[in-house]
Amino acid sequence: MGTLQDIEIHDSAARAAQATEQLQDVEGERMVLNMGPSHPATHGVLRIVLELDGEIITKADPDVGYLHRGDEKIAENMTYTQFIPYTDRLDYLAPLANNVAYALAVEKLLGIEKDLPLRCQYIRVMCAELARISAHLLGLGAFAMDLGAVTVFLLTFTEREKIYNLAEAISGARFTTSYTRIGGVMRDLPPGWLDQCRKFCGEFIPALNEVETLLTRNRIWVDRVRNLAVISKEDAIDYGLSGPNLRGSGIEWDLRKNQPYLCYPELQFDIPVGSVGDCYDRYLVRMEEMRQCVRILQQCIQKIPGGADNKTNEPVNVPDGKIVLPSKQNVMTKMEELIHQFMLVTEGVNCPPGEVYFGHENPKGELGFYIHSRGGGTPYRMKIRAPSFVNLSIIPKIFPGCLVSDTVAILGSLDFVMGECDR
Amino acid sequence: MRTETEVGYNTKIEGDVIVTRVDAALNWFRKNSVWPMPMGLACCAIELMAVGASRFDISRFGSEVMRFSPRQADCMIVAGTVTYKMAMAVKRIYDQMPEPKWVIAMGACASTGGMYRSYAVLQGVDNIIPVDVYVSGCPPRPEAVLDALIKLQNKISTQPVLEDLTAVTALHRH
Amino acid sequence: MPALEFAQKIKVRFGDLISEPAEFRGEITVKIADAEKVPEVCRYAKNDLDFNYLVDISSVDKYGDDPRWTVVYHLRGLRHGCELRLKTDVSEEKSELPTVTTVWKTADWHEREIYDMMGIRFRGHRDLRRILMWEGYPYFPLRKDFPLAGKPTDLPGIAFTKSAPLEGGPFVTVAGGEDAIHREPRVRNPEE
Repeated sequence: MGTLQDIEIHDSAARAAQATEQLQDVEGERMVLNMGPSHPATHGVLRIVLELDGEIITKADPDVGYLHRGDEKIAENMTYTQFIPYTDRLDYLAPLANNVAYALAVEKLLGIEKDLPLRCQYIRVMCAELARISAHLLGLGAFAMDLGAVTVFLLTFTEREKIYNLAEAISGARFTTSYTRIGGVMRDLPPGWLDQCRKFCGEFIPALNEVETLLTRNRIWVDRVRNLAVISKEDAIDYGLSGPNLRGSGIEWDLRKNQPYLCYPELQFDIPVGSVGDCYDRYLVRMEEMRQCVRILQQCIQKIPGGADNKTNEPVNVPDGKIVLPSKQNVMTKMEELIHQFMLVTEGVNCPPGEVYFGHENPKGELGFYIHSRGGGTPYRMKIRAPSFVNLSIIPKIFPGCLVSDTVAILGSLDFVMGECDR
Repeated sequence: MRTETEVGYNTKIEGDVIVTRVDAALNWFRKNSVWPMPMGLACCAIELMAVGASRFDISRFGSEVMRFSPRQADCMIVAGTVTYKMAMAVKRIYDQMPEPKWVIAMGACASTGGMYRSYAVLQGVDNIIPVDVYVSGCPPRPEAVLDALIKLQNKISTQPVLEDLTAVTALHRH
Repeated sequence: MPALEFAQKIKVRFGDLISEPAEFRGEITVKIADAEKVPEVCRYAKNDLDFNYLVDISSVDKYGDDPRWTVVYHLRGLRHGCELRLKTDVSEEKSELPTVTTVWKTADWHEREIYDMMGIRFRGHRDLRRILMWEGYPYFPLRKDFPLAGKPTDLPGIAFTKSAPLEGGPFVTVAGGEDAIHREPRVRNPEE
């Protein structure tokens, strides 16, 4: 039995010094926290395994694949036209943009992308820009709601409902539109659509200004996202980021300007580029992109050949019976059109053997389709280069050093969609 | 013994008193405050968010808050494709919900696997959990989801409550 | 076009290892004869020719041909804006080639996905594990001999799979080149 000794230390500083001295050898254990596939930061089913040292993250390992549906294998068993509904559900926040991207990729394989009628090109550009506004609005709404600004979510959804109305008028479905076809679009603009679009542009800018007054100069918002998760230029290029994430880091690369397609060369618009590469920059880039989208939409409304009613009967499809379904009247009365209809429906568009890659500037980044064809109506291999898949790969790099509550802000600013990431 | 009318009320006789069955009263409480747990997996989750937003407003049907914690929710709305990788997680979350609980399978993918007949997609969430209402559509319109909620409310109002209690007490006696 | 010049420069530098650049729909494709030399070629392309952005790595299963796998790299230089495609063949017995994560960090996840879907291993990858399917899933889904419906598996506690009810479908036509009778849509069996 040892002797007991009472020691009293009156000075609190000395007491603290003695305590830290005694604790030198004790190292804290790192806690592993599972940010599970089902969590309220409504970005879909992403699982991140975080290793924490207290409140600070030391390691982050994202686990994707909870929405892997086998799109690429399904594509090998479908004709090119049958695969269009699957492209809707890739980036399900902007289905029109995915449709345009896929149609352009197959048309590049066929070699007809220059033959698209001008009216069709303008319609596709308008669809892509509307989809961009819609996707950025939801990304912004979810981002803000996760950080507590719930009003922004409701405001952005009100604007999205107007875009849904436009999409429903043009294709029949609010959301998963399946609007484009190989060689054109499903049908021409309905009467009154351009006026509706013009009205939307007029109402959207004041609503966007309202959202900006709520967020951009808001002290709480800025404190939460400024200087958070800075992605340097070298990292952004090395990790293959694209879209607003790449531009937020200061790289001026936009496929609409650098590798133009459709009628973008005839339109005037700017590309917002960030300077620091933090979450605040990416947020600002998306806000400004939405304004540029409205600018593009207004130019398209003015310049579209045929105007609102298409009185001059501009075509919206490539005039090739082997690619585009002929009109039903011709199918019922003429022989050649009947054969074309039969071949297109049963076998699909007969594509030449070869391989193409086409990258499209989607709201989330660069959506690319690599189609390896051995001839015939079904692709031999279709690889979908999903921007969200690549954007998420930077998480193990930018999470360490941040606090747990920053994870939500970073995920919101990266703005990814799991449907696209997992395909 | 069940009659059509749930509430017997005659001002001349009862005055300020409403006569009803306990079953009906409890079910009326339950059905008018079904708090959903949104299992938002894919595109249907976006339409589910639209249902919760201001145009379609699910809270006027009593589903005031979307509780993301299963312990605080009544109804799990499975919105989106359930893959085999996610299936165990969905089952685990369903098991964590306290009774009484219901499930709405929203959309084609949750009901039957939808257009994804492939190696990675569970062909309908009813393979792992019991479903009360199926909503068709890809994605279903928000009005369809609200219709499903109303159907669920009608189903809840016919569910026996007291018989369950007597079954439980019978169990305790032995 | 400048992409052709870049391809010629690679051919001059590496000689017989590189095939003649092929052009299709405005894109230049170059074949690398030996898969082991891929990181060297990629490093040259990145450092000397300024192809600093790796867009995508894909894999193709040429079922029935030998070598069975083709790995396709899409390179892009953000400063000059040119794109180039590098292809290489890997035989089924080997099913392995060196990683390019030392050249571009984005190759990390692309290579993990190729391993997951096709079963091609990448030597030198810091953490080659499945990314879309779960650890312990026994098959490689994108191979041509794996059916679309999937095969039943069971990993208790982690995941299970069942065969999807395809009712004999999907009914699609065979890739072109055959005569009309062969092209008629029939039940397509996985190439077994």
